[in-house]
Amino acid sequence: MIARAPFTAVGLALLLGAVFATPPARAERLIVSVSNHRVTVTPNYSGEELVLFGSVEKDATTPASRTSYDLAVTVSGPHADMVTRRKERRFGIWVNTDYRQFLQVPTYLALFSNRPFDEIASPEVQRRQQLGLNNVQLTQRVGPDYADVVPNDAFRSAFVRLRSEHGLYREATSAVTFLTPTLFRTGIPLPGEVPIGTYDVEIKLFSDGVLVTRTETAFEIVKVGFEQFVATNARQNGFVYGLVTVFMAMMSGWMASIVFRKD
Amino acid sequence: MQIYLPIADIPVNIFLILAMGAAVGFVSGMFGIGGGFLMTPLLIFVGIAPAVAVASVASHIAASSFSGALSYWRRRAIDPALALVLLSGGVVGTTLGVWTFTLLRSLGQLDLLIALSYVVLLTTVGGLMFWEGLRAIMRVRRGVAVPMRRSGSHGWIHGLPLKMRFKRSKIYLSVIPVVIVGVIIGFIGAVMGIGGGFILVPIMIYLLRVPTSTVIGTSMVLTLITMLFATMLHAATNHLVDAVLALILMVGGVTGAQFGARAGQKIRGEHLRLLLGLLILAVGIRFAIELVIRPDDLFTIRETGGAG
Repeated sequence: MIARAPFTAVGLALLLGAVFATPPARAERLIVSVSNHRVTVTPNYSGEELVLFGSVEKDATTPASRTSYDLAVTVSGPHADMVTRRKERRFGIWVNTDYRQFLQVPTYLALFSNRPFDEIASPEVQRRQQLGLNNVQLTQRVGPDYADVVPNDAFRSAFVRLRSEHGLYREATSAVTFLTPTLFRTGIPLPGEVPIGTYDVEIKLFSDGVLVTRTETAFEIVKVGFEQFVATNARQNGFVYGLVTVFMAMMSGWMASIVFRKD
Repeated sequence: MQIYLPIADIPVNIFLILAMGAAVGFVSGMFGIGGGFLMTPLLIFVGIAPAVAVASVASHIAASSFSGALSYWRRRAIDPALALVLLSGGVVGTTLGVWTFTLLRSLGQLDLLIALSYVVLLTTVGGLMFWEGLRAIMRVRRGVAVPMRRSGSHGWIHGLPLKMRFKRSKIYLSVIPVVIVGVIIGFIGAVMGIGGGFILVPIMIYLLRVPTSTVIGTSMVLTLITMLFATMLHAATNHLVDAVLALILMVGGVTGAQFGARAGQKIRGEHLRLLLGLLILAVGIRFAIELVIRPDDLFTIRETGGAG
């Protein structure tokens, strides 16, 4: 205890120093919550909409001149490797010729803000903070390298477009609404085919084109009850699961021939 | 009414799936084919992942062919000896097919090869059946006596040794061509992921000269056993069989198969062949069009794993 006391004191001093040394940009705090942290998938599940709400807490150090804020919310689902293929005409038929591999990209991605991203921040900041689908990092395997490419790359834009068509990638620059100058909310629509897993929500607060503060929260989509039971058994007891399915097939075939037997 | 599928991980309309099961079941009961070549594309169209669709369809085909086989069995329209000999060849063919499948996949372009073989096989088989059915009907219309199917038309096939009497079918035939047909069906089934009933039925009719009365029932037995096998394999190795999806398909399928089998018995043989030929030809042409016409979207996305 005695030995550690000086370190604690130093640590505290550093911490206080850090707090005071930080420019006034640190003067706000974000408090957020999602309406449901655990979305359960039941037999009649066909998508859901969550609500994210929160408030901007100011303190004494907040410059009095700062009155308007901008918010950017990023929701990203479980990551996975995906392949985008392109068809080309060869010998009169359309075949897959070229492909690109996307490495550990989010299976669900939603970008929300209270107004268009280019009104919130400069292109440079947008790129650094990954604001907008054009600025989100989507790593591709390009030959032996790993890199993201320009937003108008054919494979990248096709990828984003196809995901968007299924409602799995989305960008809405008017989705965040400020109820009061500091209280905000946004809806997070989850279509029926969203993948199971953990979803990260990142909320960034901007003022005058500068990132003021950020915070994170998360929610998960899980299977419960019957769905969970079936999925677990299919994975862990494949052989028994197969036998049960086969038995089910035989039974339903037999029952039908009894029920519909012509007498 | 929407229902969530636990393995396919998407919600689907239960009545739509039931109707699809019933429609394909009807066709399969009527012609004695598995109907996998119809069901799998339909499920993919609804948004189910191809791998899950193929795996779940196997159990659906098993159910509807079992129900169909039972009613054919009661009508004594199954030749157990013939089924057994075909099956012995089928096992060898399936093993060879799985081995080839693995080899082709390592060489790439497997998808294209499957699509091309669908086109070639379906249009050839469908076209031949359609043409033959049409000619048979024209002969009947013109009042020309239909020649007896099994008289004097023996070629080299009937000169082969190891002859065996298939009592139920009333044919006396060498087992060699029967086993070979079994091998071919098993091979094609494993490579293309289909039951092979639609190829087996015409081969049995035209090549082996099996009477139409036992062809469909016997082919159903073969389909049933292959598909039961396939279900077990898919469940134990890939874990992709969606039991909920399979159950909905089965309920629709077995019901449809019953009505189909009854309808099939009422229709005259040559009409049945004409219809089946037309159906197979249509699916083949659809596959061909898909290859030739510029697709709406040149790009496709596929998840390759690493989820989580």
